[in-house]
Amino acid sequence: MTNQTTEHIDVLDEVPGGLGSGASRLMNSWRTAGIAIPFLILFVTLSITSQPFLHTTNLINILDQQAATLCIAAAGTLVLVAGGIDLSVGATYGLATVVGGEIAAHHSPVLAIGAAILVGLFVGLVNGLIVTVFKINALITTLAMSFVIGGLAVKVSGGNLIVLSPNSGFFKFANAQFLTVPSAVWMTLVFVVVLGLLLSRTTFGRFVFASGGNAEAARLAGVRVNLIRVVAFTLSGGAAGLGGVIDISRLLSAQAGSGGNALAFTVLAGIVVGGTSIAGGEGSVWRTTIGVLFIALIGNGIDLLGVDPLYQQIVLGVILLIAVGLDSWARQRRR
Amino acid sequence: MSARTFEEHPHQAAGTPGDVLIVAGVSKRFGGVPALSDVSLTIEPGKVHALIGENGAGKSTLGKIISGVIEPDEGSLTLGGRPLDLRSPREAIAHGIITIAQELAIVPGLSVAENVYLGSQVATAGFVRRRETRRRFRDLAQHAGFDLSPDMRAGSLSIADQQKVEIMRALSRNASIVVMDEPSAALSGRETEALHEIIRSLARRGSAVVLISHFLSEVLKLSDTITTLRDGHLVRTVEAAGATEESLIEGMLGRSLSSAFPTKVLADPAAPIALEVENLKAPGVQDCSFVLRQGEILGIAGLVGAGRSELARAIFRDAKVSSGVVRLGGSNLEGHSPHRSINRGLVLIPESRKEMGLLMGRSVRENISLSRLDLVSRFGWIAAFRERRKVSELMAKTTVKAANMGLPAMMLSGGNQQKLLFARSMMCSPSVLIADEPTRGVDVGSKRAIYDLLVQMAQDGMGIIVISSEIEEVLGLAHRTLVMRHGRFTADLSNEDMNEQAVLAAAFAETSAS
Repeated sequence: MTNQTTEHIDVLDEVPGGLGSGASRLMNSWRTAGIAIPFLILFVTLSITSQPFLHTTNLINILDQQAATLCIAAAGTLVLVAGGIDLSVGATYGLATVVGGEIAAHHSPVLAIGAAILVGLFVGLVNGLIVTVFKINALITTLAMSFVIGGLAVKVSGGNLIVLSPNSGFFKFANAQFLTVPSAVWMTLVFVVVLGLLLSRTTFGRFVFASGGNAEAARLAGVRVNLIRVVAFTLSGGAAGLGGVIDISRLLSAQAGSGGNALAFTVLAGIVVGGTSIAGGEGSVWRTTIGVLFIALIGNGIDLLGVDPLYQQIVLGVILLIAVGLDSWARQRRR
Repeated sequence: MSARTFEEHPHQAAGTPGDVLIVAGVSKRFGGVPALSDVSLTIEPGKVHALIGENGAGKSTLGKIISGVIEPDEGSLTLGGRPLDLRSPREAIAHGIITIAQELAIVPGLSVAENVYLGSQVATAGFVRRRETRRRFRDLAQHAGFDLSPDMRAGSLSIADQQKVEIMRALSRNASIVVMDEPSAALSGRETEALHEIIRSLARRGSAVVLISHFLSEVLKLSDTITTLRDGHLVRTVEAAGATEESLIEGMLGRSLSSAFPTKVLADPAAPIALEVENLKAPGVQDCSFVLRQGEILGIAGLVGAGRSELARAIFRDAKVSSGVVRLGGSNLEGHSPHRSINRGLVLIPESRKEMGLLMGRSVRENISLSRLDLVSRFGWIAAFRERRKVSELMAKTTVKAANMGLPAMMLSGGNQQKLLFARSMMCSPSVLIADEPTRGVDVGSKRAIYDLLVQMAQDGMGIIVISSEIEEVLGLAHRTLVMRHGRFTADLSNEDMNEQAVLAAAFAETSAS
């Protein structure tokens, strides 16, 4: 009966002036400005209600803490827009921290940084190849890969916490101050801006949108959809590697279990709250950035206002549901 | 549905075999385009009533109205004197009207018996009574003369056997009216014979069978009554005994020309060859060969499912090609990706712009420039100004009407969406363009604009293949027409041989048993 139902929908579709074209226009503007408005409201509210919030130290602290998440979410946006999803970033981040940490403990910082990023790129490449060549659902592939990588990370570190000395040059990587802002934040800024431009201003970005918006149409128009998706996954893995190495330099410790599924879901939450469609073909890096910071502000506000941290999770969950709900509602309207 | 089955109550009355279905003055429009206009007919029990007509004549729409998939805009149905207001296939089934659609509705993971009794399980307090189900199934299979194991997974059966499962489902529900849409399209010769026997036995048992078919010989052999439709109008209903294939084709013919075509400028017969296809074999395509010259418009006609789109995609290297050669401008087209084909100068406008053509949520600009972003970018960086200039130039050439080029494609009318695909193709400046159903779902005005575009592109030296289900469109545009049936060319028509009669005869040519 499937066939008949689709036919029926087609028929309905032919009726001009469907319901809620105004509502879908509203939806479109939510997509473009969307998260910026609740973000500003939250920002202003926190500035008024909490004394320490507006302090430069606090704000820079937030950015510093979110550096890894922002990098990973920026690249994850590309994956989602291209019609994939990457749940392995948490595990990849963990693997990158232990690989980077082990090397940083004994060898040069440059080698450690390079190795961590390369590990991430490699994991992303493998993800991309599995998804495109073997045509396995991205959700399942990256979920399965996160177990494999998580296991590998424990193997690399022997399950131990790796602690680094604060005197090494490695510490400077993320903590060098420039204009009173740590290098972690600067690197994140550069990375996010580059990925944002990559998505919005380059041919590659166009192909990413096309691959996620309608893979079949993109392919017939000459877009190498598989190649685009492999590159997106590779970037996502690389970003997880970069995030990992930023964090070990910041925190001077590395552990296989750091990151994990919690990080993967925080990243995904940031992307989706930013209005990137879970179904692909829509989204932007700067909105993801605001999405991630929005979630971070909620956490920060709850800390500063002395609210039970338990509520942070509940609030986050509800916001995520609202974001996904709005997205799927908008897509149904369009059909 | 209750668990009643016909073997227990051979003359059960839920939808009593024996009721007359009267279709009175039924009309249906899709988005302003009439699909069916004021059609009336009487479907009598114990008879096979065939609906015939060209693609788009409205026969499937009528079939869907009878089976409750579509509600008519005007007119009414009455069954056994009682008005019938069907809002869903489910309601039709409750009235004993069962549909066996082209696309089968079986659940592949369930067993044959479970599929037959789907939705009408023999159950006690929610538990399916397996043994009872199987006993009934065996009785039913014996009665129908089918040899199917009740425990086979339905998904592992051949198409023909899956169809049997659907027919048994209809039988088990004591159908008074069975609607069959192209039931033999997927069957081999012997299976077709078996199907014919079933259709006859359904009629003998007192059911009415509504048979929608492209096979005229099948229609003549099986039916008692034949209704011919053309452009949504009922041409006539005749007794099959007095009809011949010729008289049926004649009834389907004679459409009025609804939109004028640009004058043909025939290509130079000595023009260089743009595309050469030799013994091409691919899924749905059996051994096709032809030559297309620069400036030539080649029409490919045929019925839905004849393999036209499959041929297009095989040439475009989008489908796996099992053997054969495609030569583009003298050298072989290698590789297995549309990307390569486009780079070599071969472009396809696919049959469904929504599913295969456009990025509905993206802007007009992005949709047009997608295939050749390299022309408006440097080192991967898009030069926004150059892109805008190029796109607005192409929009003017293809007469795309959009408030601005930032509008998402979905906000445009069907005709303008189709023109977007032409603009995109033009940007590729190909040597060969394949346009599959270039005017499907397009208003008359845009149709003419698209015809003009195709003619213009041919005059600029492009080789063009137009695939269309509308015979008049092929005839109005093409310099030469190939007719396809079952994946082969059955006619190569040009000049005065190229007429509706010849195209239809070749499209309906009886090779169904091959």
